[in-house]
Amino acid sequence: MNLHEYQSKFRFAEFGIPILKGKTAGTPQEAYEAARELGCPVVVKAQVLVGGRGKAGGVKVAKTPEQAEEYANAILGMNIKGLTVRKVLIDPAANIAQEIYLGITNDRAAGRPVIMASSEGGVEIEQVARENPDAIAREHIDPFLGLLDYQARNLASGINLPHEHWRAFSRIATNLYRCYLSSDSVLAEINPLVITKENQLIALDGKMIIDDSALFRQPHLAEMRDTDAEPKEETQARAAGISYVKLNGQIGCMVNGAGLAMTTMDMTKLYGGDEIGPANFLDIGGGAQASKVAAALRIILADTNVKSVLFNIFGGITRCDEVARGILEALNEVPSSLPMVIRLVGTNSEEGRAIIDNANIPNLSSAATLTEAAKKAVEAARKALAAEKGAQ
Amino acid sequence: MAILVNQDTRLIVQGITGREGSFHTKQMIEYGTNLVGGVTPGKGGEWVHGKPVFDTVKKAVDATGANTSIIYVAAPYAPDAIYEAVDAGIKLIVCITEGIPIIEMMKVSEYLSSHDSRLIGPNCPGLLAPGIAKIGIMPGYIGTPGNVGVVSKSGTLTYEVVYALTQAGMGQTTCVGIGGDPIIGTNFVEILQMFEEDPETEKVVLIGEIGGRAEVDAAEFIKANMTKPVAAFIAGKSAPPGTRMGHAGAIIEGGEGTATEKIEALLEAGVRVADNPEQIPALLK
Repeated sequence: MNLHEYQSKFRFAEFGIPILKGKTAGTPQEAYEAARELGCPVVVKAQVLVGGRGKAGGVKVAKTPEQAEEYANAILGMNIKGLTVRKVLIDPAANIAQEIYLGITNDRAAGRPVIMASSEGGVEIEQVARENPDAIAREHIDPFLGLLDYQARNLASGINLPHEHWRAFSRIATNLYRCYLSSDSVLAEINPLVITKENQLIALDGKMIIDDSALFRQPHLAEMRDTDAEPKEETQARAAGISYVKLNGQIGCMVNGAGLAMTTMDMTKLYGGDEIGPANFLDIGGGAQASKVAAALRIILADTNVKSVLFNIFGGITRCDEVARGILEALNEVPSSLPMVIRLVGTNSEEGRAIIDNANIPNLSSAATLTEAAKKAVEAARKALAAEKGAQ
Repeated sequence: MAILVNQDTRLIVQGITGREGSFHTKQMIEYGTNLVGGVTPGKGGEWVHGKPVFDTVKKAVDATGANTSIIYVAAPYAPDAIYEAVDAGIKLIVCITEGIPIIEMMKVSEYLSSHDSRLIGPNCPGLLAPGIAKIGIMPGYIGTPGNVGVVSKSGTLTYEVVYALTQAGMGQTTCVGIGGDPIIGTNFVEILQMFEEDPETEKVVLIGEIGGRAEVDAAEFIKANMTKPVAAFIAGKSAPPGTRMGHAGAIIEGGEGTATEKIEALLEAGVRVADNPEQIPALLK
C-alpha cells in the first residue's frame, strides 16, 4: 500500500525526522489560507500516487497566497498519468544548498533490510544505480541489531558528506530505520534529503510503501489508504477478499492461484497480439464456491471494457464437477450475455466439462486446453470489437 | 530417490487441529506420508485422524522422533511456529502460510542463517515426492513417480505443469513449491543444486514469475553448474510494472524483475523456455 508524500512525511516527523511543517489543502481556498498561515514563498505540490508530477506541472512555487490559490486551482483535478489530483501539500519553500538521497528497502536476495544513500538526490535511485552506481553507498541491516552507528557513518563517508553534517545525518538514518520498522514498510525513502543554506538537513520529499501483509497489525496505517487513487473494482475486490488488479485489455480473467492467473493473462496477450489482452488479474483462491465466483464475476463485469470472460480453474482438492456447478450457479446469480469460455483441469475435468456443455447456455463454451481457451476468448473479444466498430 | 524427503522422513503437523491442518493431515496420511503426530498449543493429549497431538514441538519430537514439520498456522503466529520448530531441532520445515509480514520473514531468515534447519516457503504448496510422500497441499494424484524434478514459485500453475507431465507419461522425482513471497527460506538455486546431485533426477522444470532476481540467479547457476537439461516457464509477461500480482513477491520494482529479463537470462544459460506452460512436456523430450 502506497502512502502519499504528506502521509509519509508526517509519519517521518513522528519519528523525529525534520520536515517542513506544511499543510494539505483540498480546495484553492484552503491553499490560500495555508499559504497565508505558513508565510510565502510556498511550494504547492500535487499529492498523487505516481512519479513524474513535477514534469506534469504538479509542483509550483507561489510567491503570494493569491498565487498559491491560483496554482492549487490549476493542480487540483489535474490528471497525472491517469490519476486525478485531489489534494495538494503546501510546504514552506526551502533554500537548498545540496540534495542527497536516503532510503531503506528490503533486499530480497540478502533477506535483510538495506539502507542506501546517494550524493545524487532528487533523482530516482534506480536511475542512479544504472547510470552512476558508484554514487550509491549501501549497508545491510541485521534485523535483530538494527542500524548500527558505524553503518550510518559508513553511508555519510560513502557519499562524501561534509563532516559537519554527519551527526544530523546519522540521527535521520537511525530514525528512518525506526520508522521503516515500526511502520512495516517495504520502502521508506527521503528523496531528496536536502542540506539548506542555513545548514539544516530536511526531508523535502518522502515516499513510503507499507507491506500489505502487515496491515492487520497496522490499523492506523491501513486507514490511510486512498481508495480514490485506485479503480473502484479493486476496492470492491479487496472487500470481497479477492485478489484483483485492473488492466487495460478486453478479456476478463477468472483464475484460481496467482501464478496461473498471470499465466492466463499472458496467454490472452500471446494470442491477442497488440489489440486484445487481459482486462484484469484475478485470483479467486481455493475452492471456487458459487458465492465467491459470483462476487468475482460482478467485479469483472463492472469493467465496461470487458468483451469476453475466460475461466481457468485447476480443480485440485476441489473437483472440477463441483467447480462447474459453482460456476453455473454464479452465472444464474449474475446474468450476462458476454461470451464466456470455461477451462477446467484436474480431478473430474471431463465430468466438469460435460456439466458446462449440457447446461446449453448459448454464450458459454468449454475448452480442453489453456491454448484453446485463450484462443476462443480472444476470438470472441475480437468479434465484439469488430461489431462495435461496424455499429459506429 | 527424491530430494528433501525419503523413507526416514517423520513428519509432524503444526496447527494440526485447525481446519486446514486437519483437512490436509488426512490427505497426507492417505497419500502414504509418514505422518507421526501434530502440535497445537493447549490441545496436547487429543488425537487427529489417529495421530497424537502435542502441546509443544519439543514434546512431539521427543515422543515421535520427528525430523520434518509442516506449518498450517495463521500468519500472525507462523513465525513463532517456525522458531519453535528450529529450536526443537527439526531439520526440514515447510511453511504453507500466506501473508507473513516481510519484516518477520527477514528475522526468520537471519535466525535460520545461524541454525541447521532448512525452511521451504512460506506461501508455498509444499512438496510432492510421488510414491513417497506429500508434505503440504499439492493434490497427490497430479504426480507419478519418474525422473523429472520440478521447482516452482506457484501453486496451481505448478499443479498444471506437473499434471501435464504426468499425462504425457513423464513422472517426477520431487515437485517443490518454494513460495511466492519476497523473502523465502529456500531459493531456486539450492533446489537446482539438489536436483543436479540427485542420481534419479534426469531433467528439471523451473517455473518462475515476475519480481526479484531469483530466476536470474538460477540461470547463472544453471550455466555454470548444471549438466541436466532444464525447461522453464516464467509467468507475468503481460503484468504492468509497479503492481503486485497476487503473490507478495510478484512485482516489477524500479524496472527490475521483468519476465523478459528472466527469460533472456534463462535462454542465455541454455534453458528451454516455454511461451505456454502446455509446451513444457514437449520441451523435455
